[in-house]
Amino acid sequence: MAYDKFTVLRSTAVPLPIENVDTDQIIPARFLKATERKGFGDNLFRDWRYNQDNSPKEDFVLNNPTYIGKILVGGKNFGSGSSREHAAWSVYDYGFRCVVSSFFADIFKNNCLNIGVLPVQVSAAFLADIFAAIEADPSTELVIDLPEQSITISTTGASEQFDINSYKKGNMTNGFDDIDYLLNIKDNIRDFADNTPL
Amino acid sequence: MKKTLFDKVWDSHVVQQVSGGPDILFIDRHMVHEVTSPVAFLGLKNRNISVLYPERTFATADHNTPTINQHLPVEDPLSAKQLKVLEENATKHGISYWGLGHEKNGIVHVVGPEYGITQPGATIVCGDSHTSTHGAFGAIAFGIGTSEVEMVLSTQCIMQPKPKSMRININGKLGKGVMSKDVALYIISRLSTSGATGYFVEYAGDVFTDMSMEGRMTVCNLSIEMGARGGMIAPDEKTFDYIKGREFTPSGANWDKAMTYWETLHTDAGASFDKEYHFDAAEIEPMITYGTNPGMGMGITNGIPTADAVEGGEATYKKSLAYMGYNEGDNMLGKPIDFVFLGSCTNGRIEDFRAFAEIIKGRKKADNVTAWLVPGSHKVLNAIKEEGILDQLHQAGFELREPGCSACLAMNDDKVPTGKYAVSTSNRNFEGRQGPGSRTLLASPIVAAAAAVTGKVTDPRTLF
Ligand code: SF4
Repeated sequence: MAYDKFTVLRSTAVPLPIENVDTDQIIPARFLKATERKGFGDNLFRDWRYNQDNSPKEDFVLNNPTYIGKILVGGKNFGSGSSREHAAWSVYDYGFRCVVSSFFADIFKNNCLNIGVLPVQVSAAFLADIFAAIEADPSTELVIDLPEQSITISTTGASEQFDINSYKKGNMTNGFDDIDYLLNIKDNIRDFADNTPL
Repeated sequence: MKKTLFDKVWDSHVVQQVSGGPDILFIDRHMVHEVTSPVAFLGLKNRNISVLYPERTFATADHNTPTINQHLPVEDPLSAKQLKVLEENATKHGISYWGLGHEKNGIVHVVGPEYGITQPGATIVCGDSHTSTHGAFGAIAFGIGTSEVEMVLSTQCIMQPKPKSMRININGKLGKGVMSKDVALYIISRLSTSGATGYFVEYAGDVFTDMSMEGRMTVCNLSIEMGARGGMIAPDEKTFDYIKGREFTPSGANWDKAMTYWETLHTDAGASFDKEYHFDAAEIEPMITYGTNPGMGMGITNGIPTADAVEGGEATYKKSLAYMGYNEGDNMLGKPIDFVFLGSCTNGRIEDFRAFAEIIKGRKKADNVTAWLVPGSHKVLNAIKEEGILDQLHQAGFELREPGCSACLAMNDDKVPTGKYAVSTSNRNFEGRQGPGSRTLLASPIVAAAAAVTGKVTDPRTLF
C-alpha cells in the first residue's frame, strides 16, 4: 500500500526508555484477529497502558498528557520478537510517524519502512541526550530531516546523522512501495522462475 | 571465490540488485496462515492483481485455532472470521489450503518439512518469525511482515538487503539430559536477544551433525530469538533421507537434478564469515529461563544472575525480575510452577513427545499442574498414538490436545492466567506472551516433563 510521503518531521516526542521492547508488548497477540488494517492504535502497548479492567495505568507514558507527539523514542533493541506487521501498524495508527532508538530488531525495522514509519537509529550517547533533553523539557522537539538524514534536538541544538539506504529513502520521500517496483519487472521475474532448480 | 552455504543459496536467488538498495530475492516456497495474511490478500484485491505462482504458496490454519473440539464450529467470532477469510482467499487464488480438521493441518513450520515443502537450498518465507525453522534443511528461511506477504503473493519476490554472515561452531558431545533446545537457549544466553541482529547464522560442528533433523529444526527455529534473520545447517545424508519420498519432494529425474544442486550446499573451506563464535558442548547444561526475554536463560542448577553481572540497563533487568516475581541470586530449582506446555513449532514434533514420555513414564502428573500437551500437527498426533505414547500419557494422568500453536502465543483459549508460572517448550517468555500477566519459563521437553511430574522446577537428570 502506498503511504504518506516523508520529508521533514518536527515534533515533540514520547520517551520510552526501556530496552528490548518486544512486539508482544507493542501489540499483544490477542489483538491480532482483525482481517483489515484498522483500529490498531487503540491497543498499542495495551498491557502496559491499561489495567485488566481497562482503566488506564497512570504511570505509563502514553497516559501522561505531558508527553505527546509524532515521534516515539525507545530504548535499545526496539521491536524484537515476532514478525507481526500489526506492531508497526499500531505505532502508525496511534499517530507516530517515526521511531527513534539506538538499535532496532530487523523485521520490525523492515515492517516500519514498508508502511511509512521511519525508524531512526542513533548512537547510544545521542539516545541518552534525547531522553535527558525531554526529561528536562517535555516541549523539546526533535527535527527529523530525511533528505539530509539528520536528527536534531531543538532545545540543545545537538544533531546526528543517521543511515538509510538510498532506495528506501527514495520510497519514503516519494510514498512508493516495493510492490510498485516489483510489478514493473514481472517479466524478469518470470524468466528467472523458469530457470530455478526447485 | 570461496563461498559460504548462505552465500550460495542467497546469490543463486537474486533476480536483480537495486542500486543503493536491497536485493530482489526470488522465493521458492511461501507458507501462509490466517493471522498475517488477510490484509495482504486485501492488498491484492485493492490493486486488482492475482497471485503470481499459487503452486508455490501453501496455507494452513494454526495460530488462533482451538486445541479441543476442532470438529465443532470455532466459537470465537473473530478467529472464525479469520479462518473463513483464509479459506476464501486460498480457494479464490488456487492455493493449497489445509484448514482445521484437514489431515495435513498443523503448525506451519511443522507441516512444511513433513510434506517435503521444505527443501535444501530453497528460499522459504512466511509471515511468522519462526520460519527460521526450515533452515535446518539448508534452506534460507525467514519471517516477513504482511506487506512482504503481499509482495510474495503478487511477485514471488521480496526486497531485502543481504544480511551479514555469522557462524556458530559447537564441538564435542552433549551431556546426558541436554537437548537441542538447551543448545539453542545456551547460545542465546551467550549472545543476548540482539546479539545476531543483522546476521544470518550457520550452525556448524559435531553437535549439529550429530543432531536429528528434529533437533536441528529446534535450533534453527530459535535463531530469531537472538535477533538473527535466520539460521541454517548444511544438508547431509540425514537431510536427504528425511525428505526423500515426501509428497512435495522431487522424485525420479527431478530428484537427481535437485541433488546436483543440493550437493553443492556447504560452506567452502576457507570461506569467511563476518562474525564467528566457538562454544564447547561440555559447557551446556539443561537450561531454563528466569526473565522476560529468551536471552535470560541459565543452566538449571545455577542461581539467577545479579544485575551487575548482566549487560544492559539495570532498570530493565529489575523490571523483568519483578514481573517474574523472582530475586537476584535465587535458585530456580524447586520454584513452584502451575502450568506445563509441551508444543509449538519449537518443540511440538514427535521426538519431543518421545522425550517427554521417557520422563513421565511410570510417574504421575503433579496435582498442582495443568498440562497442555499439543502436537504440532496431525501427523505428529497420529505418531503419538501409533507409538503407544498416548497410553503412557494417559497412565500418568495427562491428556493430549489437538494440533495448533496454542499457548505459544495464546491467541486461542489456551491462556496462562495472570501471575501463574508455566514451564513451556515454546520460544518466547515475553511479558504476557502466554496470556495477560502470565510468567513463562522456557525449557526443553524433558525439563517440562520433570516439572509436570514434580510440580516444581526440577533437574530432569535426577529422574533418569
Ligand atoms: S507455534 Fe508459536 S512461533 Fe510457531 S508458528 Fe505458531 S505462533 Fe509462531
